[in-house]
Amino acid sequence: MDATIAPPRAKTRRMSNAARRSLVWGLIFVSPWIIGFVGFTVYPLISSLLISFTRYDLLRPPVQIGLANYVELFTDDPNFWKVVSNTFFYVVLSAPLGVISAFLMAALLNTKIVMRSTFRGIFFFPAIVPAVVTATIWQFLLNSQYGAINATLQAMGMPIIPFLSNPDLIKPTLILIYVWAQGSAILVFLAALQDVPRQLYEAAEIDGANSWQRFWKVTLPMCTPAILYNMVTSFIVGFQVFTLPYLLVGANGGPERAGQMYAALLYDNAFRFLRMGKASALAWVLFVVIVFFTIVLFKSSARWVYYGGDDAR
Amino acid sequence: MLANPPSPAASPTKTSRRVHASAVLAGVLKYGLLLLLAFSFVLPFIWMVVSALKDDPQTYTIPPVWIPNPAFWSNFPTAWTQYDFTRFTFNSVFLYGIPVTIGVTLSSAFIAYGFSRLQWPGRDILFGLVLATLMIPYAVTMVPLFIIWKNLGLINSYAPLVIPAFFGSAFGIFLLRQFYLTIPQELTDAARIDGANELGIWWKVILPLAKPALTVVALFTFIGTWNDYLAPLIYINKTELYPVALGVNLLRIAVGATGTPANIYPYLMAVSTIVTIPVLILFYFAQRTFIEGVTTTGLKG
Repeated sequence: MDATIAPPRAKTRRMSNAARRSLVWGLIFVSPWIIGFVGFTVYPLISSLLISFTRYDLLRPPVQIGLANYVELFTDDPNFWKVVSNTFFYVVLSAPLGVISAFLMAALLNTKIVMRSTFRGIFFFPAIVPAVVTATIWQFLLNSQYGAINATLQAMGMPIIPFLSNPDLIKPTLILIYVWAQGSAILVFLAALQDVPRQLYEAAEIDGANSWQRFWKVTLPMCTPAILYNMVTSFIVGFQVFTLPYLLVGANGGPERAGQMYAALLYDNAFRFLRMGKASALAWVLFVVIVFFTIVLFKSSARWVYYGGDDAR
Repeated sequence: MLANPPSPAASPTKTSRRVHASAVLAGVLKYGLLLLLAFSFVLPFIWMVVSALKDDPQTYTIPPVWIPNPAFWSNFPTAWTQYDFTRFTFNSVFLYGIPVTIGVTLSSAFIAYGFSRLQWPGRDILFGLVLATLMIPYAVTMVPLFIIWKNLGLINSYAPLVIPAFFGSAFGIFLLRQFYLTIPQELTDAARIDGANELGIWWKVILPLAKPALTVVALFTFIGTWNDYLAPLIYINKTELYPVALGVNLLRIAVGATGTPANIYPYLMAVSTIVTIPVLILFYFAQRTFIEGVTTTGLKG
């Protein structure tokens, strides 16, 4: 449509020397990615789809069984529906809560404060600690008998909170720990907050907007692209969550499997039970769900994401 | 400092005093919230260090002991030798971290040049594909890749973790592409007129300018390998080949085991502390590049 900004379309028949040279060099530079993409993404993607139609334990050759793995998942595996509901519960709460708290914390860090870089460092730090350490610390802190939190509650004569042993509390606890480590999202929001043009705030102030109105009418709309980005990332990461729940509540997800996530069931099928076919079927279901939610988020973004930066020269 | 000019209708002293009072209240609220949050982020780590200095009786005391007396500093060397953590650290750094960091940084820096400094048909569609790969769950490629590496006899080696690093990472390519786009075209045009080819321009002009962005990619990649749990869990089964993350888990497993060894929690916390220190040091020295560097690029434009 925008004929004026489209690059001058070369007569397709013949490329100029410079254009051909650019194309050749361009392909040389991106060739490692193309090779890696074919070898480590496209081939395994197709291969896992094919494996999902087989019974395969790595020891004997794969046996074609059609859709049996999928049928088993949907009709004959109570653990499947358990981890599906666990994972949905986790994603649907952790993603928005993580994004909202990261945004508020970034807004707080973006105001005029003393020791700003120290505070930023502290807020960011939990996100770069090894997951195994995070799991170790929290498991110790939250232990029902001698964990610091419950020991303090006991000393004060209050009832203990069985964070990781009560099935109803496991997922909220996992979500809380996720929300606690929002460093990367905070970083993205800080960058977005600093990109908001000062003139917008000045103009709003001249128009008599107070700081609350400036936040709602200027800051928030200008940050919607970053909100979308963090939301999409949180959904993608959330559906695949593995390490922290796996370490905190174990491979089977603790009492009543309340903390077993989809990726843990998948890992167990692949590497504990050597059911490569079923694991691949699980992986493809997950893939389809992630693509679906990503598309839904992007489609919905037309309604609420403001790309003012593009035309506001 | 005062955001709102005093309204002419009200008496000036009264208004400014009211504005002043609300500003003080806002300040108290703001710093109160900041400190509360900072506290919640730091306290678990302080508790980790405190717990590392205790013995068993101090560990299980109610209410919890905040200042261990006596403090068992010897827990650190003792915990470190419960398993061969020196070996695990060597594996993490030299077999895993450094090769992967070199691979990801170098290949992403190379690939990003093709996606930013050169105009060619199909470039942006292909770059869209790079970003789309971020949607693909690790699990979908996990099983076939495991089968490939198994058939090549490379299970229980770091090859499955290191080799793919040399084909670029979507995150690294994206970050470096964004950075390359901010480098003025005149710089490369001048080099081109002087007869340099694209490879020379990338190596001699672009790479030196991109050092801050390269540092960010290298640091994130290295910390990523240091922290990684799932990939080594899949490919490394021999204890002597474990990276630190799997090594720490050996101690964690011992906690639940019957006949829990003495002082297991203090040892676990001591090892956790030591394992967190490299991250803390890297983070401290790279704070500017990490946080200020990434976030202030848009400010001066």
